[in-house]
Order: sequence, then structure tokens, then C-alpha cells
Amino acid sequence: MDKKNSKTLLKASGLTKKFGSFVANDSINIEIKKGEIHALLGENGAGKSTLVKMFYGLLAPDEGNIKFNNKIINLLNPKFARAMGIGMVFQHFSLFPALSVSENILISLDEKLTKKQLEKSIINTSKKWGLKVSPSKKVAELSVGEQQRVEIVRCLLQKPKLLIMDEPTSVLSPQEIVNLFKVLKNLSKSGCSILYISHKLHEIKEIASKVTILKSAKVVDTMETKNVSTNILAEKMVGKKIIRLKAKKNLKKLKSNLALSVNNLYRFKKNQFGVTLNNINFTIDYGQVLGIAGIAGNGQVELMEALSGETLGKKEEIIFENKSIGNSKIEYRRQLGIEFVPEERNNHATVPDLKLHENTFLTFFGYHIFNKSFFNKIFTNPKLSIQASKQIEKKNDVRCPYDNPLAKQLSGGNLQKFVIGRAFQANPKLVIISQPTWGVDIGAANIIRQKILNLASMGKAIILISQDLDEIFELSDSIGVISNGNLSKIKNKKNMTPTQVGLLMGVS
Amino acid sequence: MLIFTPRTIQSNHWVLIGPLISIILTIIIGALIFKMLNYPVTESLYQVFISPFSRVDRIADILVKACPLIIIGIGLIFCFRANIWNIGAEGQFIIGTLCAGSFALLFPENNNHILLLSMFLVGFLGGALWASIPAILKIKLNVNEILVSLMLVYVAMLFIDFIVRGPLRDPMSFGFPLSKPYPDGAIISKINFPGIGYLGQLHYGIISILFLAPFSWFLINRTLPGFQIKVFGSAPKASSFAGFNKNKITLGVLIMSGGMAGLAGVIEVSANMGQLQPEVSFGYGFTAIIVAFLGRLNPYGVIIAGLVIATAKLGADNAQMILGIPKVVTGIFEGILLFFLLAGETIQNYKVSLKRNS
Amino acid sequence: MESLLITILVTSVPILLAGTGELIAEKSGVLNLGVEGMMLTGAVAALGSVLIFGNPLAGIFFGALAGILISLIFSFFTIFLMTNQVATGLGLTIFATGLTGLIGEPFVGKTISSLPKIEIIFLSDIPFLGSIFFKHDILFYLSILLIIAVHFFLIKSRYGIIIRAVGDNHDSAHSIGYPVKIIRLLCVGFGGMCAGMGGAYIPLVLTPHWSEGMTAGKGWIALALVVFASWLPFRLLLGALIFGGITILQFVGQARGWPFPSQFLNMLPYLVTIIALSIISIKTRSGNTLVPSSLGKPFLENN
Repeated sequence: MDKKNSKTLLKASGLTKKFGSFVANDSINIEIKKGEIHALLGENGAGKSTLVKMFYGLLAPDEGNIKFNNKIINLLNPKFARAMGIGMVFQHFSLFPALSVSENILISLDEKLTKKQLEKSIINTSKKWGLKVSPSKKVAELSVGEQQRVEIVRCLLQKPKLLIMDEPTSVLSPQEIVNLFKVLKNLSKSGCSILYISHKLHEIKEIASKVTILKSAKVVDTMETKNVSTNILAEKMVGKKIIRLKAKKNLKKLKSNLALSVNNLYRFKKNQFGVTLNNINFTIDYGQVLGIAGIAGNGQVELMEALSGETLGKKEEIIFENKSIGNSKIEYRRQLGIEFVPEERNNHATVPDLKLHENTFLTFFGYHIFNKSFFNKIFTNPKLSIQASKQIEKKNDVRCPYDNPLAKQLSGGNLQKFVIGRAFQANPKLVIISQPTWGVDIGAANIIRQKILNLASMGKAIILISQDLDEIFELSDSIGVISNGNLSKIKNKKNMTPTQVGLLMGVS
Repeated sequence: MLIFTPRTIQSNHWVLIGPLISIILTIIIGALIFKMLNYPVTESLYQVFISPFSRVDRIADILVKACPLIIIGIGLIFCFRANIWNIGAEGQFIIGTLCAGSFALLFPENNNHILLLSMFLVGFLGGALWASIPAILKIKLNVNEILVSLMLVYVAMLFIDFIVRGPLRDPMSFGFPLSKPYPDGAIISKINFPGIGYLGQLHYGIISILFLAPFSWFLINRTLPGFQIKVFGSAPKASSFAGFNKNKITLGVLIMSGGMAGLAGVIEVSANMGQLQPEVSFGYGFTAIIVAFLGRLNPYGVIIAGLVIATAKLGADNAQMILGIPKVVTGIFEGILLFFLLAGETIQNYKVSLKRNS
Repeated sequence: MESLLITILVTSVPILLAGTGELIAEKSGVLNLGVEGMMLTGAVAALGSVLIFGNPLAGIFFGALAGILISLIFSFFTIFLMTNQVATGLGLTIFATGLTGLIGEPFVGKTISSLPKIEIIFLSDIPFLGSIFFKHDILFYLSILLIIAVHFFLIKSRYGIIIRAVGDNHDSAHSIGYPVKIIRLLCVGFGGMCAGMGGAYIPLVLTPHWSEGMTAGKGWIALALVVFASWLPFRLLLGALIFGGITILQFVGQARGWPFPSQFLNMLPYLVTIIALSIISIKTRSGNTLVPSSLGKPFLENN
């Protein structure tokens, strides 16, 4: 098994990590060679993050050992890992928005430099690898792509032998991904090994030479990427065949098909971390899925809030079926037949500490679903909401650990199915969904995507806000791109390529 | 090192056992503190926790002492459930009392209990008004309600002091800072049990709790406003997603708790003092915070919690008389109790395991 | 006039000290509402130790020590058991009010000697200014030096940046390897020490005998002051002086026979606090980066 053509940098044997009774990693073996780009593939919850946190000293293994350069190492904390030459770029970053770039880098460097020395080496490193950063800016002012560059520069300043990257492309535009891959390949040529975590198959084929696949806390396989198709990778990752989505039926184009039009929508940002929405214009017809692509943090949250009525503006900004609703509240919009699925499942779409049926009541109160007598406006009726939540659970395959659980006791995928099911249960005419499959396992994601297509087949209008370009192209009829609070012209999917969309995404 | 893992299944028995264990631990630690400060331990604990049960009239007095604590505590449930930190109930109690008292003194000859009923209303409004100051500042300017409500306690204390020494001072009070006595119509009488007579200071004001607790329970658990409060307190963004108006909720819960505090003041003074004086509350507003937590933010729980705390308060009075222990000592027990109750919540939500630090 | 200014300066020392400590604790992300309780603890410890050792300097030491010790209770519950910081801080104040009442009981009626004044050579000879600024006790000078030091510490030093980082995003700080809980423990401890010294200042300089709850809301005002100062040390200093001025207005009013009831003058510090908080809120309504983002949020490891 051990080919001796290149030296082993890191070798983990029998790594096991438990959280209470939950086994996150079950005797994992993995070996990374010097200068190799090694991919770690697996679904959400497969145990990828736990494994790399052990490599970075953030978690201590319960069993097994890690050898680095043939020596068993005991990583007490990330400082030890950095001293060994292990660096890590986190998926959600580990930056401090209120501090400047150089302050951010300063406190993660273990050698002590003066401010001038530091800025000089930041600029040198960023030039050497083509990673543009500006040391004096506050991190809060940076785009997501820039923030990632800061994280990478921060790691490179330590001259790492192993760089761990946790889902680095989920926040990047296609062009930024191309640049990142260039950097990674150069790094690997210079002798630095890279452990690349992802669940995107084509990326892994493109960048990595070897891939280790995790499923339910165990290693399924380790293979050369040359010899394997993405289909096989996918099946190994999921553990079964992946069913293709049934395409949606297109309705006949009618003249009076217009569902919603948004005209010169403007919202000033709520705080300095927010985005100002500028002059947003689009329309959507019934039977259509409109995809709005874009990198996170470019105004998607603000757009969702404006469309849902959580922030209000001028009356004429939003027109639904000839009614001007730009200044109407969310409950009125729901009554007109618009439903919303915001991107945050916990704390926004649901209250984690309330029961599932009470969460039904969250959007159903004062709704036609409960006949809207005076009585139902003042008093809550657990019988009605339990009934409604049971229906939603049944229709949408929401699996509960036991009867009537708290929302927080559902897994991410099941909670998302509930949230989407709750929106569909109201029999809406228009559904606005943001990041419906973010952090959801492939099985649940497929169910959700199929539901969206089915709903459109039934003549409903869907606005899909997503950072997942594959999802956008798979589901949408027409596509627009949001970037820095501006929405591009909406075009038919047939007239667009991912590269074009990518260019529109990366205006910053 | 302590390791916390979120519980997937809530351990329901903690809801009851948690407060019980907290009380036991509190008594143990309190005993240690007595020991360290050289007070007689068993004697002190006997006085604080047991002596209030030694006679029937003393038990009745527990009810009397608990009455304001329970009423304020029930009001505070609304705020704390909404995650609004009203810690100024003491001030709302004072202002409610002051308003109702001034109102009563406008009708010196009145002996109709309609006066008392209107005082309840005036007292509620007075307390609500005082509590609406932090509410409005929070709504309009996003000012922290904790600090404002507390600052208003000091203002209220000084204000009632001014009133009873100035405008409302009874000319016949021989220089004491006291108002004229309330008219008969403003007095809550003691309960005269047929065949037994009076039991301590037990008065008809207690009955109000029998209405307020179920009313509040129903409001919180079976009505839309109660649902809104829970959602807003637990996940404010979800509350805006549902379309609830956070300003109305903020104002509503503060009015509710301020009003209840004011009402508690009216009952307390009409039953036990019968006139205004500079000190109408003895920290009830602060103690009620502990009562609300000990009662797990449930109106019925608050009744039990109020009785427990009132026992300790009465016991501390006894301990002061007999052993010379200052009665502020209850603060020690209250503080420790609150710590343990809060820690109990953590244990309810997380599984705690001890782990060697490798 | 001279004596008035001197009184303003010394009156502001307790809230300045307590505010300085709370500022550091809050910068690290911990909201400790127990300042009032920690000040009381410092006050009673200072008073007791002076009665025992006869030396006012011992009062400073034991006041600070007591402040640190009682802050440990708060830290244990909020940092290690992740309890709600608002409620725990409130509990600390309630607890300390009772505890100090019990401890202070034997001290009632006894008077201690004050901290000696130290005249700084040359500087104290400057006419007018000299006697106002340079003829004070050691704790006065210390409080001024401390706030200046805190200012530079937070901006310039590596440890200051680390504290700000922990308060800004504790998960990030944890994932790059900083011991969030230990750092917070130290910051809260510093807060306790400062509050303890601030409390100690009251019996050591202002009123040399014990009375229950003798801090009379100064701890709460210190908390408000930190918000008012937008977590900026020099603004804290300015705010403390303003409050010192307002607090002594009541004495001035009484002395000069102003036609207001004394209660209204006594209300002023509390009313001004409310007004000041409102004004600062108007100014910073549109998002304030100075508020530490993690303030008041419990930190859960392994997440």
C-alpha cells in the first residue's frame, strides 16, 4: 500500500472522536504525502470538520495517533499545530471584523514582529502568491473573497508544510475559484501539502491528486482522482445511487401571467455591516423559477427582508397582482399568497426552543388556514397547530426524534424540510426561498429541489436566492445576479453560462 | 476540564428538581458562610428557615410577606420571557403606591370600597407609567432598559421621600414623615375567620393572587400576545419573520410588569400600613426578580417561589431580633440561590461531563 | 472654588476606577452587572482591614483583593457554567449586598483614618492647579494613570489586541488557539480589582465609616458610564468627571440654600445618567463598531 515514491508528511492512524454518545470520527486512517493536494470528501455531518480540527489542535482525539514527519505528535492547541507547520483556513473564517487586517494577522502570528516588519511581510507574501490584501483596512469592510485572502496570507506567513482548507470555494465566484486554484497549485509545487475539504466533486477532480471519502464518521475509501469518475465519487459519498431530478413542466405562456414586479427597490443598509440595495428591478411570471445568484453578503439577506416585508419601503416598489405592497407588512403579504423561506433555519424561520407545532403557528396565525375568526386572532389553539404540523411532517417526510419535539431537536435537513413544507402548506401563489439546501444532506436537498420544480409545474412562481451556482442552473428558468446590492438584468437561462454569471458575481 | 454537549433530549425532571437542589445547595453554602463569620450555624438556620412555621399565625404571615413578592414576580415573568430586563420593579412599586395613595387621600371621608378598586387601577397605571419610561427610551432610542429601569428606582425613592416630607405630610404627624391615614374605603381589612379570628396579619389582598396567577398563565400559554412574548424573547428575528411588532411587545411587557408592581404596592400599603411613608417597599422589587427565576417564569411556580423566599425573609427578621444577625443576610441566600438556578438551566440544556485535560 | 474642584475630582474616582475595570471586562465580551456588589465588597474589605491593621494602605490592597475574589464567583458561573450574564451579575450584586451587610455589621459606628495626601514635588507648587491636581491620595493618582495605561494598552499592545479580538469574535479567537475562557477570567478579575479599589476609595477618602449599601448606585452609574463612553477610555474619564460634578451639586445646593428640595438635587446623578444614555444612543443608533460584538454572549467550546 505504501508507495515509497514520495515521503509521508502526515499519517493518522485509528483516530476516534466522540461527543458524548455520538461518534464523530470512527478509527480514521489517512496519509498525506509531501507536496500533495489531498481532498477530503464527504457530506455535511460525515465528520470532515472534526477530523481536521484534530489535525489543527482544536480537538483532542479519544483514540489513535497522528504522526507528522514520522513522529507522533500531541497537539494541545493550534499554537502547537502552527509551530509544527500546520495552517488552517476555516470555512466561516476565524477573523475579527472590528480589527484591522494587520491586527488580525498580528495576533495569529506566534513570532513577535513590529508593526512595520509585519506590514512589510504581509505585502511581500501577498505579492509573492498573488493574493491582494490591504493591511490597514478593517476586516468588516472587506468582501468575503478578500477575507479569505487574509486568512490564507495569515497562514502563509507561518510558512506552513501542511495547509488545511475547509470548503474554501463555497463563498467564491467562479473567477475567484480559478485564482485560488492557481495559488494552491503553486503552493503544492513549492512543497507544501494541502488537505482540501469539499463536497463538490468536479473541484476535487480538478485540484486534488488523491481523495479520501468519509461517510458517517468512517473512511469509505482513498483513491487516486485520475482513475475515478465523479459519479462513483458521489455514490461512495452518499452510499447509494443518486436519483436525477424530474424536469419541470412548462406552462403555456399567457399574457397575464405576471406574478410580481419589483421596481426601483431601494433600502439603505441597517448598519455598517449591511449592504444597501440599489435600484433593484425584476419581474417574475407564474410557472417560473427565477434564480438570483451571488456570493454571500452581497445583499441577499436585505433583498429577502425587503421582499418579505420585514423591512418596509415605498408602496410602489413591489407590486403583486396589481397590488402595491412595498409598504405592507409580512402578514398581509402572506394573506395575499406569498410565502417566505429565509436562509437561517434557526432563530429566523423557526424558534429553536419552541415546539414544532408552535413553529407552525409562527407563520399560520391570522392565516386563512385557520379560519380567521375573532377567537383565533386572540387565542392560540394547540389542537389546530398540532394538526397542521402533523400534516406538514407527513407530506414532507420530516423525521422527528419523537412526537412533538422542539424545533432544535430536528436535524438540519429535517428542519429545512419542515420550513419549506410549512411555506407550501399555505398553498401560496409565490414562494421566495433563500439558500434552501445550505448545509443540508444530499438526500434532503434532492427532495427540496424536486419540490421546488413540482411547485413551479403547478403554476406557482418561485424566487430562488442561492449561492450554489449548480442549484441555480439546475432549477431556474431565468437568472439574475446580485452583487454589492445591485441586481443584474434578468436573462433566460439558455442565454447564460456559468462563466458569465461568475463575472457578474465578482464585481467587487 | 468541564465539557458541555447540548442535550438532544430535554431532561424534563430538571424543571422541578433543579430548583429543589438549588435551594438545598444554597442552605449548605449559607451555613458555611455563617460558620466563617462566627454566627451560630444551627441556631441561625433554625431561625431563618424553620421558625416561621412554628405557629399558625406565623405561617399566615408568610402568606402576607409573600403577597407582594408573588404579584411583582408574576408581572416580571412577562418581561423576562420577552428577554426584557426590567430590574426596576422596586421603583414601579413605589410610584404605583404613591399614585394610588395620593388618589385615596383626595377622598378623606370615603368609606366605600369602590375607592379601593379605583386605587388598584390608579396604582396599576402609575407603575405602568413608570415602567413605560424605559420602554419608550428603548423603543425610540434603543437605550438599555436595565440601567434606565434601575436608575428610576433611585429617582422613585427620592420622589416619595419628597412627597411624604413635603406636600402630603400630615400636619398632625408630630414631624414624622407620614401622610394622613387612608380613608376607610382605601383599607384592605384583615381576614376574620369565623370561630378562629384573625390569623396574624392575613388580609383579603391575598385573594388577588388567585385571580392573577391563572389569568397570567392563560395569557402566556393560550393567547396570541403571550405567544408573541415567548417568540420575541427566544428568537427576535423569528418574531419579525412572523410579523410581530417588537415595539408593542416591549411596551406591553413593561406596562404589564410595571402595572403589577404598582398593584402589589397598593395592596401592600392598603393592607399593612394604611398611610404613605418614605419606605413603602423593603426591596420587594429586587427580591421578586429571584422569585420569578425560582418560579421558572411560570405563574404557579412563582407562587411557590414567593412562599419559599417569604419564609426566609420572615426568618431573617426573627434571626435579627433573636440573634442580632442583620436581616440583609437574606440577600446572601437570594444571590446564591439565583446562581444555582442559573447553573441548573445550563445543566438542563447541556450534558456536563468531566474530562481530563490532555 | 478650589475646594469645589477638588471635591469634584475625588468624587469621580470611585466611578472612574470601577468604570475602567468594567471597560476591560466588556471589551473581552463579558457584561458584569455586579459592579455595585463588587464595589461594596471592596468598601467593606478596605474598612475592615484598616480597622485591623490600622494602615489605610492595607485598605487599598484588601479592597482590590476582595474585588478580585468576588469577581471569581461571577466568572465561575458565567464563563465556566455559561449562565446568563445579566442575571448572574444581578445575583452578584444581591449576594454582595447581603454579605457586606453581614460583614460590616460589627464595623457600624467606627471611624477609620483616611488615605494620606501626597504632594507631588514642584508640581504641587503651581498656583491654583497645583493644589487641585497634585495634592491627592495615592489611589487618585493611580486611577488617572490606570485609565491612561488602559487606553494605550488596548490600542498598542498585543495583549490589548487579543482582548479586543476575544470580545469581537470568541469563536475565531478560540479557533486560532487563544484560551477564551482564561482571558475572560483575567479581564473580569481586573474588573473586580478595579471595582474593589473604587469601592475602597469611598471609606478610605470620602466617608470614613460603614453604612449598609454605602455605594448608593455608584456601581450602576459606572456601568452606564462605560456605555456612555462608547468603550473609549478617555471618554470614560471625561464622563466620570461630569458625574463627579453632578454628584456634588447637591452639597453645593444645600450649602448655598438653593430653593430646590434636596431630594431633587439628589436625583440628578440618576436622571443625568438616563439622559446621557439617551443622547449617546441617538448618536450611535446607526450601528456602532465600538460595542464588542460578543458582549454578553456565552462562549461554548467544542462548537
